[in-house]
Amino acid sequence: MAADLFFKSIAELAALLEAKTLSSTELTSALIARKSAVDGRVKAFNSSDDADALAQAAASDARRAAGQARGPLDGIPVGLKDVISVTGQPLTASSKMLANFVSPYDATVTVNLKRAGAVVWGRLNCDEFAMGSSTENSAFGPTANPWDLTRVPGGSSGGSAAALAAGEVIAALGSDTGGSIRQPAALCGVVGLKPTYGLVSRYGLVAFASSLDQIGPFARTVEDAALMLGAIAGHDPLDSTSFKAEIPDYRAGLKQRRPWRLGIPKEYFGAGLDPAVGAAVEKAIAFYKSQGCEIKEVSLPHTQYCLDTYYIIATAEASSNLARFDGIRYGHRAKGAKDMADLYSQSRAEGFGAEVKRRIILGTYVLSSGYYDAYYLRAQKVRTLIRQDFLNAYREVDALLTPTSPMPAFKLGEKSDPLALYLCDIYTIGVNLAGLPALSVPCGFTPGGLPIGLQLIGQPFRESDLLAMAHTYEQAHDWHLKHPSL
Amino acid sequence: MSSAPDLDLEHVAKLARLALTPAEKEQFSQQLGDVLQHIEQLAKVDVTGIEPTAHAFPVVNVWAEDVARPGLPVEVALRNAPAQRDHLIVVPKVVE
Amino acid sequence: MTYEAVIGLEVHVQIRTNSKVFSRVAAGYGQPENTLTDPVILALPGALPVMNKAALDAIIKAGLLLGCDIAPVCKWDRKNYFYPDSPKNYQISQYDQPMCLGGTVEIELPGAARNVMGEHKKIPLTRIHLEEDVGKLNHFAADSLVDYNRAGTPLMEIVSEPAMHTADEAFAYLTSLRATMIYGGISDCDMEKGQLRCDANISIRPVGQKELGVKVELKNLNSISFVRDGIAHEIKRQTAVLEAGGTLVQETRDYDGQTGLSQSLRSKEMAHDYRYFPDPDLMPVRVDEAWQARLRGECPELPFDKQRRLIESYAVPYTITSVLVWDRALADFFEAAAKLSGKAQAVGNWIVNDLLRELGAAKLTLAASKVTPAHIAGLVALIDAGTLLPNAAKEVFIEMFATGDQPGAVMERKGLKAVPVDAGELEQWCRDAIAANPKSLADFKAGKESALNGFKGLVMKAAKGKADPKRVDETLRKLLAGM
Repeated sequence: MAADLFFKSIAELAALLEAKTLSSTELTSALIARKSAVDGRVKAFNSSDDADALAQAAASDARRAAGQARGPLDGIPVGLKDVISVTGQPLTASSKMLANFVSPYDATVTVNLKRAGAVVWGRLNCDEFAMGSSTENSAFGPTANPWDLTRVPGGSSGGSAAALAAGEVIAALGSDTGGSIRQPAALCGVVGLKPTYGLVSRYGLVAFASSLDQIGPFARTVEDAALMLGAIAGHDPLDSTSFKAEIPDYRAGLKQRRPWRLGIPKEYFGAGLDPAVGAAVEKAIAFYKSQGCEIKEVSLPHTQYCLDTYYIIATAEASSNLARFDGIRYGHRAKGAKDMADLYSQSRAEGFGAEVKRRIILGTYVLSSGYYDAYYLRAQKVRTLIRQDFLNAYREVDALLTPTSPMPAFKLGEKSDPLALYLCDIYTIGVNLAGLPALSVPCGFTPGGLPIGLQLIGQPFRESDLLAMAHTYEQAHDWHLKHPSL
Repeated sequence: MSSAPDLDLEHVAKLARLALTPAEKEQFSQQLGDVLQHIEQLAKVDVTGIEPTAHAFPVVNVWAEDVARPGLPVEVALRNAPAQRDHLIVVPKVVE
Repeated sequence: MTYEAVIGLEVHVQIRTNSKVFSRVAAGYGQPENTLTDPVILALPGALPVMNKAALDAIIKAGLLLGCDIAPVCKWDRKNYFYPDSPKNYQISQYDQPMCLGGTVEIELPGAARNVMGEHKKIPLTRIHLEEDVGKLNHFAADSLVDYNRAGTPLMEIVSEPAMHTADEAFAYLTSLRATMIYGGISDCDMEKGQLRCDANISIRPVGQKELGVKVELKNLNSISFVRDGIAHEIKRQTAVLEAGGTLVQETRDYDGQTGLSQSLRSKEMAHDYRYFPDPDLMPVRVDEAWQARLRGECPELPFDKQRRLIESYAVPYTITSVLVWDRALADFFEAAAKLSGKAQAVGNWIVNDLLRELGAAKLTLAASKVTPAHIAGLVALIDAGTLLPNAAKEVFIEMFATGDQPGAVMERKGLKAVPVDAGELEQWCRDAIAANPKSLADFKAGKESALNGFKGLVMKAAKGKADPKRVDETLRKLLAGM
């Protein structure tokens, strides 16, 4: 078996599977072996049901033998962030609260992936309840960045990004509330896409902040991201916020080449931007210019308020969403509680980690009597202004180009102050507040060999354009062909 | 470093049903104080006449017809329950 | 000092739907524990709510029936509080944009006598909103057990203005509201099944004072009679406290219908801070004119409107309409029979007295009864023609109720048809009866009207019950007048 099988793209593997030079069982076994070899160091997996994965692979092979293969994802092992529900599998949200929880139902994205024939395998590590930017907030320990095991993979979907970069999965799903797909994709050198709010169903995604959360793919290439998005996008009657949008053939759309008008928001290139990251992004901008794209500086004047707006809205929603974790119907229950109040307070105190507690407290506070107007309502109004900034910019440009993260992967344990960690998200959270699609595509390495991500922010439900723009860049560069040595 | 003068951590933790250790209280008080101080700058934004955004793409009347579908069998529904008896979930005695 | 009570009611009415308000698992009562759940009801991680169209139809219809303003747009809010019967530890409700605003409930107060219509009043409503019901807690010595079957059942909260002043008004309010909901097909309102629940806010103030007194919330009023008794008891209690020079405290009290006593619920929990905010998982509801018009078309005539019409169109007395109108099916039955017969009052009497009595004895609903409007009309026609005499008619009715056979056929089969009695023969029976009773004759002559009954009994015996009592009466009086 080719040693680099696990670094191939979905598109390449699909061709091998279709030619029957490779079976899904062989591919899945190779990945299980790869995981055994490297995950002791990367720690991207919370758990995996290898027997179940092999059974799915065998079913895929049987379909193919019967001439009933379901398309490019059939037989491809895909890892899921451990906040996405799969029937009969653990769903921990990387929390002690759900350490023993087994989900009795499938998320809609899980149903969609299974329908496409994918081998749904592995519960990938993340920050507890998707709250964090480094995957250090996992109750099961941090995940390491495959490019430098002493560094973080980003977060909160760090396990998804790291597993993909380490060759343990072929593609993965994550969730993005303030950058949780794009930032770890940038830090791990893979493609990460956060779809327009409402394009992908949230049913079965452990909720962090309902009005911001969105599931999206991690992939080695833009083409793979297009294939994954095509499989999971679409209206879902089980999610009231799911949008009835036409789903185009994203892969076919990759061939679009247009002299796009690209905006450079000046607020995204200020103080705090790592010089190596800034230089790589400037080079990418120069590339687009060389391709005949019009490059235009634009302003998103409310950018400085994004972080505060985000932390009010996200924590308020989270404080309510996480109230259900009370140790009654499921989850961690404290022993020896003397009454209900005690049972709640102790179970939650024992079940949740520090960052989750901080956010629940902040969210509870901003919603509490006398503060609602000053915090939550005001934040929702500022959200309107932030959203308006983007829509105004789109009168002049087709998309925006920015760094994904102000800095490359930092050292594990380096950022202990919550506020410093929150600043990792400054380029990504505006997108969530505005509900826009955005992706991160690798655009170089720091002198120290750490990956850098370029963020493309698109217009609502125009993922097809966004993918085509990123594909144009990717085809002219070979960043995606570089892999960490483990 | 500052602690928020308005943040009654004790009260908020009680509302959120979170028992905090003295160390957590001290740490959170300071950390959340910093965050709240940062958030104070939102007060500077002029939001006169601005509608709040609750949904990025608001639509109305998203519903389903009233057709009942099978739910979870009781054994499955209670499989994750920490304590159960006679198909019911056990909690400490609730005093109304 | 004289005190006046001020009463406001918060009534929760479960809407009858097939599925729950925010998920499609079945809604229902009396199912085995925890069998009506799904990921949404159990608040499993990742589950999301989806509105039930039928529940929205029902609350809009309720609002239209009660003359509320229907909000053109309303949204959903989360009411955050921890309680083991609430799986998400927040309840999806409507905080500042309820579906219905204003409106009234027409009530009738007790009249001077049972056969006299009482005063009618319109009690103003504040609002009606839709929310989800919670699960059920069963308390034991050492622990409590939770059943989530009821959780997520669509629930309307109907809030009145503090505009009632007596326990009788509150009783009349609930009676009317309940009938309206049943009429509209919105709920079965069975209080034993918790489909209608009532909390009362009660305060008293010196007559003439404008400001409201200290408010006490009375909970667990789980039958309409308990509502009346509980409120009456609470008004008495508050009055006694003030008259003894005491002060009232704002509190929640639990009324025990069995003992007729209430006690304070001294829960130590902190003042509520529900942290309402718009539910990001649900989209707003917009109700346009067409939707309202469609539901308006489905709205039935309300009980008191029906009563006014029945009295006017059929000239039936209040004693009949006051029974008929609380049951839509019974009123419809009456109208059908009255139209067939043309003798509305007679038809009404048979329905209100005999039919209801037999239904009650047989524990049958009207729908399950074999008696149709045509049976009643036929029976009345036979009586009217003199073919069936009153006592025999009662017998025919009972047989007809049991078998469903037409009254004519029953009469023939049982030989109950009135035999035309010869005038001469009748006169002879009367003379014999008078002759046999000289004492009664003397009594009658002395002015004792009841003495006549003694003769009548003998005549009927001689006639084997087939003589028309009216003719017997006439003949006896004629003969006695000449003696």
